[in-house]
Amino acid sequence: MTAHEPSAARRSSGRIGPALRGIASSLLTPILAVLAAFMVGSVVIGVLKVNPLLAYGHLLRGAVGNLGQLTTTLVSSIPLIFAGLAVTLAFRASVWNIGAEGQLYMGALLAVWAGTALRLPAGLHLLVALAFGAAGGSLWAAIPGFLNARRGLNEVITTILMNYIAIWFVAYMIHYPLREPGWNPQTSQVLASARLPILIEGTSLHAGIILALAAAAVVHILLTRTGLGFAIRMVGANRQAARYAGVNVAAVTVVTMALSGALAGLAGASEILGTRYRLLEGFSPGWGFDAIAVALVGRTTALGTILGALFFGALRTGANVMQASTGLPVVAVYFIQGLVVLFMIAGSAANFVRKSAERRKEAGTVDRDTGSAAIS
Amino acid sequence: MAPPMLELRGITKQFPGVLANDNINLAVEPGEIHALLGENGSGKTTLMNIVYGLYHADAGEVRFEGRPLRMTSPGEAIATGIGMVHQHFMLVQAFSVTENVILGMRCRREPLLDRDGGATEVQALSAKYGLKVDPRARVWQLSVGEQQRVEILKALYRRARLLILDEPTSVLTPQETEELFEILRALASEGRSVIFISHKLHEVLSVADRITVLRRGRVIDTVRAATSSKEGLARMMVGREVVFRVNKPPARPGPVVLEVKNLQALNQKGLPALKGLSLEVRAGEILGIAGVDGNGQKELTECLIGVTRPVRGEVRVAGENITGLSPRQICRRGVAVIPEDRHRQGLVLPMQVAENIMFGNFYRPPFSRRGFLQLGVIHDVARRLAAEYDIRTPSTDIPVANLSGGNQQKVILARELSGQPRLIVAMLPTRGLDVGATEFVHRRIIDARNSGVAVLLVSTELEEILSLSDRIAVIYEGEIMGLVPGDGADVHELGLMMAGSKRLAAVS
Repeated sequence: MTAHEPSAARRSSGRIGPALRGIASSLLTPILAVLAAFMVGSVVIGVLKVNPLLAYGHLLRGAVGNLGQLTTTLVSSIPLIFAGLAVTLAFRASVWNIGAEGQLYMGALLAVWAGTALRLPAGLHLLVALAFGAAGGSLWAAIPGFLNARRGLNEVITTILMNYIAIWFVAYMIHYPLREPGWNPQTSQVLASARLPILIEGTSLHAGIILALAAAAVVHILLTRTGLGFAIRMVGANRQAARYAGVNVAAVTVVTMALSGALAGLAGASEILGTRYRLLEGFSPGWGFDAIAVALVGRTTALGTILGALFFGALRTGANVMQASTGLPVVAVYFIQGLVVLFMIAGSAANFVRKSAERRKEAGTVDRDTGSAAIS
Repeated sequence: MAPPMLELRGITKQFPGVLANDNINLAVEPGEIHALLGENGSGKTTLMNIVYGLYHADAGEVRFEGRPLRMTSPGEAIATGIGMVHQHFMLVQAFSVTENVILGMRCRREPLLDRDGGATEVQALSAKYGLKVDPRARVWQLSVGEQQRVEILKALYRRARLLILDEPTSVLTPQETEELFEILRALASEGRSVIFISHKLHEVLSVADRITVLRRGRVIDTVRAATSSKEGLARMMVGREVVFRVNKPPARPGPVVLEVKNLQALNQKGLPALKGLSLEVRAGEILGIAGVDGNGQKELTECLIGVTRPVRGEVRVAGENITGLSPRQICRRGVAVIPEDRHRQGLVLPMQVAENIMFGNFYRPPFSRRGFLQLGVIHDVARRLAAEYDIRTPSTDIPVANLSGGNQQKVILARELSGQPRLIVAMLPTRGLDVGATEFVHRRIIDARNSGVAVLLVSTELEEILSLSDRIAVIYEGEIMGLVPGDGADVHELGLMMAGSKRLAAVS
C-alpha cells in the first residue's frame, strides 16, 4: 500500500475517455469491497433471524430517507472527512498517523477554550476558535513527527500512545479547570459568536461541511500542484531518493505531521463549534480511528476520502434506525465496517499483484530487455 | 558414452510480455565447466532458476544424469545433486560457518545438533578443495569472498554434483577470482560439473571449457573456449561489433575542483568506514576509484554529496568548504550525483518520468512559482531532455518504473548532467545495464569530462575504471592505497592494492 500513484488518472491527461476509465477503475475496488461486506454481513444478519434485505432497507432509509436523516448523515461525516484527510495526507508521506483521535481531542479542547473564554466579534471569534482547534491538533501531531524525524521513533507507536495522553488530559481539563459549575463533568457552552452557523433551518447541518469539503480541495491541490506536496510524495515513495535529491526529509516529515494534525484538530473543533457547543468526555465515537478506514477506503486520495467519510457516516446514522426498526444491534454495522476494510485490503493486495504483472508487461513492450532483467 | 550431467531440451519460459527463455537446448558434461554468457536480461538467471526448481518451464524437459526431472522446489534440486550459489548469498549472518553449512540437514544426533561432527566435515571439505575458511567464524565476520566459499561448501556438503554459480566474480578481487577459478577447476577434475554464469568475457574465456551464449532468451551458440576470442563472443552476445576501449582524447586537467582532505566517516553500523582519506580531482579529468565493494566507497560518495556527515576532515569544491552542508546546498554548488542504486537512491519509481527528471529542482523557478508547481514547464523541459538524452518512453507522464534499466539511467543522466555541474560523482553508473546503454553512459561521462567537468568515478568493475579513468586511485578499508595513471595501469598491481596487500608509498 504505497502512496497511490496519481498516474492512473493523470497518465492520460488531455484525453477524457481514459481519464474516466482511470477513475472508474480506482472506484472498482472500494465498490466491490462494500458489496462483498454487505453480502457477508447479510449472512450474519440472517443467522440473527432478521431478514437482511429488510435490515439494509432500514439502514438505507435511516441514512438518507428524508432531509433530517440525510443532514444527520452529512453532519456525522464532517469529522470523518477532516480526520480521514489527516490520515490520508500523512499516509502520502508514508507516515502512519494513528493519532488522529488524540489530535482531535486536543483540537476540541483548544477550540472550546477559545470559544468560551475569549470575547471577540462574531465571525472573527469563530475563525479564532477554529484556528485554535487546528493548532491544538497540529502541535500534538508535530511531537511524534519530530520524534520520528530526529530520533527515529516509530510514529505508529508514538501516535497511538499520545492518544491516551490526550484523551485523559482532556478528561482532566473537563473535570477540573474547565468544568462548568454543576453536576456534570463538562465545559460551558461555546459563545454564539464562535459557533458554526446552521445551513438549513430546522436541521443540524452546519457550515462545517463546507469547511470539510474545502479542506479536501486544499489537500488535493497541495499534493498534486505544490512543491511541498511534491516533496511529500517523494518522501512517501522513496525516502532515500528524496534525501539524495536534497529534500530535507526530517523537515518534510514534521511539516506533514503538523498539517495532518491540524486537519484532525479541525475534526474535533468542527464538532464542538458546529454540533455540541461544549466538550464532554468521550465526545468522539472513535472518529480518529474510523478515519484510518475512511482513508483506506478512499484509497488515500482527497476525493476518495470524502466518499469514504460519507459512506461511513451514512452507515453510522442508518444503523440507529435499523436498530429501532428491526432490533438488530448497532454493532452489526461495526461488523460491516470491519468487513469493508478487510475486503479493501484484500482488494488492494490483488490490485498490487495485477499491477506488478502489468508493469512487467508494459516494460516488455517499451524495451523487451527490462522485463527479463527484472525477472532474471 | 555417459549421458550429460545436465541436459536441457526445448526449455521455454514466458513471463507476462517477455519470452525469457525460448526453446533452449543445452548439455553440460560431467567434469565440465560450462559458462553461460549473456547480457543482463538475456535469460541466463531465469534458465538456471528453472534448473534449480525456483521456476517452472512452460515447455521443455530437464534431464539430470540421463533421467528426466520435474522439480518443484530448490529442496528437490538439492536432493537430486544440484547446488546453486546465488548472486546474493543465502547465509544466516549470525550463525557460524558450520551452522550455515549444516542448516536444514539431518544429522546423526537428531534432535540435537552435531556441531562438532559438522565442523570436522566442513574442515575436511575446505582442506580438500582449498576453500579456506574458519568453520567456527560467524558469517558476518567474513569477507565477501569467504562468504562465497561458505556457499560453495554448503553445496558440496549437500553432495552437489552440479554446481551453478550466478555472477560469482562480481564481488571478488582479481586475486580472489583466480582462487575461485582454482577451486572450480579442482571440482571439475573429479567429475563434478560447474555452470558459471557471467557477462565478463575474459573470465569466461579463462575458466570455462565450453561457452553457451544467450541473447534475448535464445541460445546463439555453444563454443569451445579454447577456440574462441573475446571479440567473437561479444559479437554473439550483443549481435554487433563492440568497441572495447572507449575513445577519448587525452585529458587536459584544469584547476582542482574537488579536494578531499583527511576525511573520516562512519558507516551505518557506526564503525569507521573512511580513515583519513584524501584525494583531488581536477577539472576535465576522470579520477577512477577502484576497489572491492564495501571498502568505504558508499560513505565517500555520501560525504561528498552531503547525505552523510563526516566525523572529521574537509571537502572542498572549487575552493569552497562544503563539509556539513545539506545535499541541496551542495547540489546548488554544482555537484551532480549518479547514485549507486538507481531504484533506491536515484529515482522515485512510482512517480512520473517528468517528475523524476526535475526532482532536485522542483522547488525553484521555473519549475515552481510561489510554491506551486508549473506542470506545463515541467513537462516541456522533460520532453526536451528526453529527446536530448534519447530516453525511450511513450510519454513523460508515465511512472519511471515502466522504463527499462537503461532508460531509467538516462533519466538520471538527463537530470544530473543538464544542470551544468562542476563535479560529477558517479557510483557504479552502469550497474546492470546492457552493452548499448553502458556505451551511452560512458560516452556522456567522457563528453562531460571533455567539456571541463571533474568526474569522480567509483566502480567495482575494474574494466570500467580502466577504460574511463585518467587517473586511478584504489580504495581499501577506507584508505587510498595508491594512485596510478589510467594509461597502462597494471591490473595485477591494482588487484594487490584492492586486496590491501600492497600500498604505494607516494600517495598524494
